[in-house]
Amino acid sequence: MTLFGYRVPMMASLLVWCLIWEIIGRAHLVFLLPPLSEVLAAAVHLVQTASWQNATITTLRAFVMGMALSILFGVPLGILMGRVKIADDLLGMWVNIFSSAPLSALVPVLMILFGFGERTIVAAVFLFAIWIIVLDTRAGVRHISPSLVEMARSYGASRRALYTKVILLAALPEILAGIRLGLIRGVKGVVIGQLLVAIVGYGALFETFSRNFRMAEFWALTIILFAFALLVAQLIEQAEAKVEYYAGAR
Amino acid sequence: MRATVLRNGPSPVSASADSIVEVRGVSKYYGSVEALRSIDLDFPRGKLTSLLGPSGCGKTTLLKIIAGLITADAGTIAIDGKYVSTPGPERAFVFQDFALMPWATVLRNVAFGLELRGMDKTKRENIARHYIDEVGLAGFGDKYPHELSGGMRQRVGLARALSVDADVLLLDEPFSAVDEQNRRKFQEDLIRLRTNQNKTFIFVTHSIEEAVYISDRIVLLSPRPGRVSQVIEPQIDRSVDPERIHRDKHYLDTVEEIWQGLKQYVE
Repeated sequence: MTLFGYRVPMMASLLVWCLIWEIIGRAHLVFLLPPLSEVLAAAVHLVQTASWQNATITTLRAFVMGMALSILFGVPLGILMGRVKIADDLLGMWVNIFSSAPLSALVPVLMILFGFGERTIVAAVFLFAIWIIVLDTRAGVRHISPSLVEMARSYGASRRALYTKVILLAALPEILAGIRLGLIRGVKGVVIGQLLVAIVGYGALFETFSRNFRMAEFWALTIILFAFALLVAQLIEQAEAKVEYYAGAR
Repeated sequence: MRATVLRNGPSPVSASADSIVEVRGVSKYYGSVEALRSIDLDFPRGKLTSLLGPSGCGKTTLLKIIAGLITADAGTIAIDGKYVSTPGPERAFVFQDFALMPWATVLRNVAFGLELRGMDKTKRENIARHYIDEVGLAGFGDKYPHELSGGMRQRVGLARALSVDADVLLLDEPFSAVDEQNRRKFQEDLIRLRTNQNKTFIFVTHSIEEAVYISDRIVLLSPRPGRVSQVIEPQIDRSVDPERIHRDKHYLDTVEEIWQGLKQYVE
């Protein structure tokens, strides 16, 4: 970004927005928006409370379990769909529907199935994250050059070796991209799940803060969640950069 | 020393005394398109035979059927008298697009055939290093495929095929994705390798010059459906300087003769 001929670093625009937030907050223009400084102070206070720490552990645990399940099921399902036409014909429609459907509407169904607890949250993360992982894995497997598979076969690869030594690695760049997008969707899943269940983890906190109009803490929690989602995506992106050299070379 | 035309027309060849690969009555359809019609061929041991023909003549299909990568709709393939329908350790394939694993180093790529056979790491890497040197890539073992030029990548593909010590090497237009200068050098190296390695080479190409330059025997295929139209043995002395072969009279005559035969298929 350039301004009046000067190159302005990206962080600068963020600072400008922070400043605008602070001014609007101080002017008491919007009742829902306390000054940023107040929000940050609330964040520092919040992370020291036992209720936040417990909520974080609960949330993280549900998130990690949901993600692990969606990777564990999503990657093999994507590989199956990429390799076997019948599986693709049978499942493709459903995976596409679920990956673009408003899944929040299904969370109440999950509550009926899994009860008002952590299991519902794990199921919500799974439901939000898995489809994009399946789709990207499938796309990755589809893009593998046929000669690479022929190469493995002609040199006597067993079925197991073909999948673990060639197909999985050849599709890895797309699989990682799918997992990165899945993680972001998983964060959505954990938040929406907890908000709807409303007695677990961050959902309970959000509920308390918004009901009592404790807006500084509400925004502090939101910022923490956003930062978490970005951090996770960033970590995966770094892993992706490591395999990119061969994604481009195919 | 005229090029010998062994036969014309699609009548079957009698089995020669020492042929390592025997193709009998092989046909292949892709849907309703007849790709190969009743191919009978023998590939003599220790020789380099080219499958030559215009695009659509099914030469790559035939090679992949011999490799066991494609199933024929009719007919049999025998290697050393044993019928085969799947890939086996006595055959090794060199791919047109190299088919290297981009996540693995040259060394691991070359050793991959041995890795799949369960050979232990030190042993297979020693063998791989030997063949990396053999194809002229000494010192490149730790590089990744994307760090190499097209010609060098195909050398990796060739080293991989050599290191599994198969009797028959199947090469599918190995130089078509390699630039002209590298191709010349590579062809010379292949002639040299062939005398050293004492293996049987089956080589698919659409280049008449290339086929005449490197082959002991050329099988001309005609297109739609693919049939054997002619078998030619160019009598060219390859012990001389490879540079001179290109100006050799027999070389030029054979190229011209094949061109006259193939001309009718070119629109």
